[in-house]
Amino acid sequence: MNKTVNPTDLELDDNAPLYAARKKVYPQSVSGTFRRTKWGLMAFCLGVYYLLPFVRWNRGLGAPDQAVLVDLPNSRFYFFFIELWPQEVYYFTGLLIVAALTLFLMNAVGGRIWCGYLCPQTVWTDLFYAVERLIEGDRRERMRKDAAKGTMKLERFAEMLLKHSIWLMIAWWTGGAWVLYFNDAPTLVKQLITFQAPMIAYIWIGILTATTYIFAGWMREQVCVYMCPWPRIQAALTDEWALNVTYKYDRGEARTSLKKANELRALGQPVGDCVDCYQCVAVCPTGIDIRNGSQLDCIQCGLCIDACDTVMTKIGRPTRLIGYDNDINIHRRQEGKPPIYRIVRPRTITYAALIAAVGAIMLYAMLTRTLLDINVLHDRNPVAVKLSDGSIRNAYTVRFLNKRGFDRAIAIDVDGPVNATLHIVGADSVTQDRPVIILARDTTTELRILVTAPAENNPEKSVPVNFRVTDIGLGEVASATDHFVSP
Amino acid sequence: MTEHSDIDHVSGTSTTGHQWDGIKELNTPLPRWWVITFYLTIVWAIGYWIVYPAWPLLWSHTTGIWNYSTRADVATELANLEKIRGDKMVALGNASLEEIEKNPALLALARARGKTVFGDNCAPCHGSGGAGAKGYPNLNDDEWLWGGSLDQIMQTIQFGARSGHSKAHEGAMLAFGKDGILKKDEIVTVANYVRSLSGLPTAAGYNAAAGAKLFADNCVACHGDNGKGNQELGAPNLTDKIWLYGSDEATLIETISNGRAGVMPAWVGRLDPSTIKALTVYVHSLGGGK
Repeated sequence: MNKTVNPTDLELDDNAPLYAARKKVYPQSVSGTFRRTKWGLMAFCLGVYYLLPFVRWNRGLGAPDQAVLVDLPNSRFYFFFIELWPQEVYYFTGLLIVAALTLFLMNAVGGRIWCGYLCPQTVWTDLFYAVERLIEGDRRERMRKDAAKGTMKLERFAEMLLKHSIWLMIAWWTGGAWVLYFNDAPTLVKQLITFQAPMIAYIWIGILTATTYIFAGWMREQVCVYMCPWPRIQAALTDEWALNVTYKYDRGEARTSLKKANELRALGQPVGDCVDCYQCVAVCPTGIDIRNGSQLDCIQCGLCIDACDTVMTKIGRPTRLIGYDNDINIHRRQEGKPPIYRIVRPRTITYAALIAAVGAIMLYAMLTRTLLDINVLHDRNPVAVKLSDGSIRNAYTVRFLNKRGFDRAIAIDVDGPVNATLHIVGADSVTQDRPVIILARDTTTELRILVTAPAENNPEKSVPVNFRVTDIGLGEVASATDHFVSP
Repeated sequence: MTEHSDIDHVSGTSTTGHQWDGIKELNTPLPRWWVITFYLTIVWAIGYWIVYPAWPLLWSHTTGIWNYSTRADVATELANLEKIRGDKMVALGNASLEEIEKNPALLALARARGKTVFGDNCAPCHGSGGAGAKGYPNLNDDEWLWGGSLDQIMQTIQFGARSGHSKAHEGAMLAFGKDGILKKDEIVTVANYVRSLSGLPTAAGYNAAAGAKLFADNCVACHGDNGKGNQELGAPNLTDKIWLYGSDEATLIETISNGRAGVMPAWVGRLDPSTIKALTVYVHSLGGGK
């Protein structure tokens, strides 16, 4: 039934305001499978976030014993048994690729699962709503209190004060937990309490307190609708097989009141299951009507499913009038065919295979990670020097990485031009005819190494030269190859 | 009915009148906070024009009301940098050149500092890696006109060569041809003799005895009896494989005829003492230091 457009409305339309005032959303409490899932995931996510910095992991003397630590001053990242150096940031690249692919896979299987259950914005907003509900009451009560603007009594003021204080406390804890990942947590907690922590810690706590309070307390669903790019991106990733929170209009329409539905049903006439109770709208944290179909504002949290199921149970109709479903099935049901669900399909197999491949590569790289390493950089300017006796010399900047937690002595060998000699600028102790240097624990050491080929053995234009370091104590060996160039 | 006068029946909002594949574009207004933020950015931008230097004028620019200047900021930052470097550079200044080379921390500092200073001051002549060029010595090799020990290098950096400074290295290659000391054929002969000193082939019909005689009469005063050179005078060793200006016959004739007197500026007074020390250690560590 199309509405006819009244010409006077059009006049008004042209003078419409540039902005729309926000319609405040008052989500109603709900219980059911999805609500319970959300509580569980919230407890898990927040638990991990707040407690992880306090988990200890013994790495031996001198090394930090915090399980997860981003050690910026020393450029190290610790994650349980993994210790990463700045040279190994490619692990993070791999991790980001896996994360992106996981998001794609989740999306291909169940739509915006990330948005509805795992996104920090959702988790903290949900927590803030819980606090609000506890203090100010459920939907109707909150609406009534907000409507009674001019008559705010002391009680109302106390409520607001309490709510915002608790919000700020949660926000403060959020910022506080963040900085604990960057320093030894117990020490930092002590410093924070006694106001002896570095200024940067307080600044970061301040920033995250402010963002958490504003995003989860004030902006709420607007972050998802106006600020987040993911709803726009995921629309391009989804397909007709993805399970989305869907109103099954084939079953629900034509919607009518419960009483009328019962009457029609008694007469044996076709009637939809939707009784237009608006429970799905009342519980929605973004304030939408799921019955309008898939839409950008929907974060797919499934609370409308819980609400609708409750109503359906009460009126004795089958549940899941709203449920995780795909577009294909709506049409199939209308045609009288059974619904089909296909999780294993080319798209999901591809994503899963890619995740497995990247994961396997990372695992391999992790297992074959060396604890003694050498990088060689050939001097480019000049690439080669002719000495007074006619011999040729090349200079290399060599960086040694000792990833072990103790100092060690290493010997350096070079296989290059015939009878080439080796000179290390600034370090000249020699054992068994080989230059030996000490690498301090958990550091990089950079040295200039000069390789000289005698005049009678002047090599061709370019020959390979191999630098080999050997840990005198442990026998660990690392090597790197470069070129020896003649002018 | 005008084109954009349609109301979407689901949302109740007007549409823009645009349609793609039957999908209409809603004319949804933005939220108030968004619009206010947008206007605030405009106000901010106007404030920015007024407060900071912003508009280019024909020969100048608007200066803003606070006289803010990035140039002044850079100067302040640089002054701060010097202050931060303070202690370390003092440690460098207090250590002897040998001590710096033996201490890994000081060596790393001196090399880092030396490298940047070298790039700023020395690279135009000696090349960014000290590789030199024709007439400008390669500092990576082991031929040193004025000596390659730490002290000798520092001496050369401080006062230069033929720089006009009273302590500068002096002494120049005479212009044997231009000043009429040697005749043209004599110059060719001695040039070939010099080539023979470092094992280079000589021209056909060249008289070795005459060359040796000419060399003994004219060159040994500076380059020594056997042509090994003299660092006191900056006279190069003629028996090795390194040639500052080139070793071919034509170049040698040119050198002998017109002489050579390259200039190295004095850096004392332009660079502070600890910086000169760092530079010395850096050059020494390039590999040719003795």
